[in-house]
Amino acid sequence: MNRFAELLDRLAYEPGRNNKLKLLTAYLRDTEDPARGYALAALTGALSFKHAKPGLIRDLIMERTDPVLFGYSYDYVGDLSETVALMWPKVALVGHNNPPPPTLTEVVTRLRTLGKTELPAQLARWLDELDETGRWALLKLVTGAMRIGISARLAKTAAAALGEKDPHDIELMWPGLAPPYLDLFAWLEGRAEKPVNRDPAPFRPVMLAHAIEDADFAALDPADFIAEWKWDGIRVQAVSGRDERGHLQARLYSRSGEDITKSFPDLLPSLHLPGAIDGELLVLRDGRVQTFNVLQQRLNRKVVSPKLMKDYPIHLRAYDMLGDDENDLRELPFEERRTHLEAFIRKLADPRIDLSPTVPFADWPALTAARADPAGAGAGLDAEAVEGVMLKRRDAPYLPGRPKGQWWKWKRDPHIIDAVLMYAQRGHGKRSSYYSDYTFGVWTNGGAGDELVPVGKAYFGFTDEELLQIDRFVRRNTTEKFGPVRHVVHEPDQGLVLEVAFEGLARSPRHKSGVAMRFPRINRLRWDKPPREADRLETLERMLKSVTAN
Amino acid sequence: MRPQDILLPVAAGLCCKPGGFHIDPVRPVERAVITHGHSDHARAGHGAVLATQETLDMMRLRYGDNFAGSTQAVRYGEEVRLGDIKVKFHPAGHVLGSAQIAVSCKDLCIVASGDYKDARDPTCTPFELVACDVFITEATFGLPVFRHGDAADEVKKLLASVALFPERAHLVGAYSLGKAQRVIALLREAGYDAPIYLHGAMEKITRYYESRGIALGELRPVRGMKKAELAGTITLAPPTATSDIWTRRFPDPVTAFASGWMRVRARARQRGVELPLVISDHADWDGLTATIGATGAGEVWVTHGQEDALVHWCKSKGLAARPLDLVGYGDEEETEVVLDGEEGEA
Ligand SMILES: [Zn+2]
Repeated sequence: MNRFAELLDRLAYEPGRNNKLKLLTAYLRDTEDPARGYALAALTGALSFKHAKPGLIRDLIMERTDPVLFGYSYDYVGDLSETVALMWPKVALVGHNNPPPPTLTEVVTRLRTLGKTELPAQLARWLDELDETGRWALLKLVTGAMRIGISARLAKTAAAALGEKDPHDIELMWPGLAPPYLDLFAWLEGRAEKPVNRDPAPFRPVMLAHAIEDADFAALDPADFIAEWKWDGIRVQAVSGRDERGHLQARLYSRSGEDITKSFPDLLPSLHLPGAIDGELLVLRDGRVQTFNVLQQRLNRKVVSPKLMKDYPIHLRAYDMLGDDENDLRELPFEERRTHLEAFIRKLADPRIDLSPTVPFADWPALTAARADPAGAGAGLDAEAVEGVMLKRRDAPYLPGRPKGQWWKWKRDPHIIDAVLMYAQRGHGKRSSYYSDYTFGVWTNGGAGDELVPVGKAYFGFTDEELLQIDRFVRRNTTEKFGPVRHVVHEPDQGLVLEVAFEGLARSPRHKSGVAMRFPRINRLRWDKPPREADRLETLERMLKSVTAN
Repeated sequence: MRPQDILLPVAAGLCCKPGGFHIDPVRPVERAVITHGHSDHARAGHGAVLATQETLDMMRLRYGDNFAGSTQAVRYGEEVRLGDIKVKFHPAGHVLGSAQIAVSCKDLCIVASGDYKDARDPTCTPFELVACDVFITEATFGLPVFRHGDAADEVKKLLASVALFPERAHLVGAYSLGKAQRVIALLREAGYDAPIYLHGAMEKITRYYESRGIALGELRPVRGMKKAELAGTITLAPPTATSDIWTRRFPDPVTAFASGWMRVRARARQRGVELPLVISDHADWDGLTATIGATGAGEVWVTHGQEDALVHWCKSKGLAARPLDLVGYGDEEETEVVLDGEEGEA
């Protein structure tokens, strides 16, 4: 545990990506199995155990220290785990040699099997045995608050560097691997063959679109593109494949690769043919697509009751196909993949899965008209769930990430952006016990790479239930406190994306970003979206230009 | 006689009326008794100064020959009579020449400990416990979150980083008087025998340490070195210099800072430190509380730092305690100013 703690400690202070990689790779090289595998799992969020609540940690320290001194200390340090780690009293065991501090392996394996009632005593024993940094790392681990600015991607890249492999290879095999990754390290160190991805239904990294601007059209030929409706749902990957015994396994992944199969058991029977579909998760009632707000009732549910499934019938609208049984289709041009998809959906013949229709258009003015009036352009009664159009190059292969010039999204409402929650402040009046004032930001190049710059503040637009969700998120993800203001985690891979709607945009030298929004409000919470995919300041600047030009 | 008849906090510092002197006065006074050479305790412009030889030398280095009207050097354990008062200096373990000052009148003894630490330091005489009736203690690290551990382990951390990043320079922020020399000595104890580089502002005082018989190995001024030559090296600089454009002369520097404050992450992050080294010149919480208990003092006066928490602790142990509310001390390493031109001095 101590070595892992030292690594975390050092990483938490190191700002440079390459230096972080170097620290991680050195750790993975110098640490034995299985500890390094558990460390990799911790850094990639692949460990699963019940997290300890802050209340439990507080109780433990209160039993051992003077509450007044704890108060002064917590006030000074500002972080519960850190305060407890620093002021945990040393125990001298009389007549014994002090037991060695627990290893990371012991901690992780024990936490997996530990009953809830055993946790406090076990935690206290470990805290007795560890030093300050070890206690800090342990508390971060058990409270599930390992925010040290390391993305899962970075950790995997560091592992790849052990054997000078391509991190993308690790990404591809990752769903089939499990902690402590003995097979992965054996391969990286040249001691074994490459682990095969035995997952019969693996996730494939998704392809994303750029937001199109007016100026882009001039360079584009309408004949090169196929247009589809952009649905206001949740992007998913539905994968079905045969395991070693020939049984069909089906899984549903979010766009970031999170397995969300358990939340949608009602969709699984429909995935009865092997293949990998890229599409939009929607709620359909009487054949009509419902709004996102309706769909939201199905998101982030731990328990999926029969009533929920009946009231909010789930549906998959397919628009791409990445694999057909054993065949990888990703190298094919979009147009050909689409032909495969159409045939697949016909063969599937399932009411819960249908094809996202194309939007025929001859030239850009025709598409502009369709976008302005989806109901009249074929979307019919589903028009309310259309948030714009997608433009996809006919010849585009399916490329992970956001390749240039292949896919474009053209949203209906120009006054909507995806921003990242940066700071939260308590509200006033009846909201004074909630964090209800939010400062949000968008990405910009800050000289030393991308950073978030605040572009506005919003304190309404969300429902009461959403307020509770954000409040909970803020409390669990506070990185620093300054008086009433909490800094909320906002890293490329950690944080909350807010869809912000606003009425207008103006230049403002008073704001660091140079722009000010009129009447901003939280339109929607994008739990599904990683912060790195939020909008950029350049998007706002372009909006500003088009606003002033009108 | 009551303790407050012997020593009383006034605007200039701790005043001893019957002895006619002040301890560590922050304003010019006729007669000053000075615990140690740090600039917030040892100021220029007093009439007469009583201090250890080292403290007087350090004042001379900093302020020039005319820093006081007259000076008197005193050795540890030596007793000096000032009026009705007996004054005796005892090692404080803080920096070279630092002293606690025991002030006695008849059978009442007050110890003004100045800044002190009970941790090991190869560059100064170890702290000596002095039994007393009233103990005056600092509280720089007077919160139970401050526990400083073994400084040797922190130096190991630094050396591990140097080994891991041989292409980068390591820049260690350390208070010029005391901390820097202790870090160097600890590096030598850990077996590091490469030359150690010094910021210009540290040279004089470090050479002074060497002249007092403290072996620090090969030291070189960093001035004039080529950027590429500094890869893989360790340079010590005043804390304020490490966040300065001065650092541009180093190849991708790892910014370290040797300070007790580094125990708290927010403090380290605030300063942009990449490698915090928890090495302190002051007693940590365990050191403060153990020392207070061991002096046998029934009454504790708390000077600068986290007075509230330490006073609370004393009271919970049945000791009479109060904060002295003296101003002008503390946070020395946070505020050390590098004077223009020191960089270029010989
Ligand atoms: Zn001092």
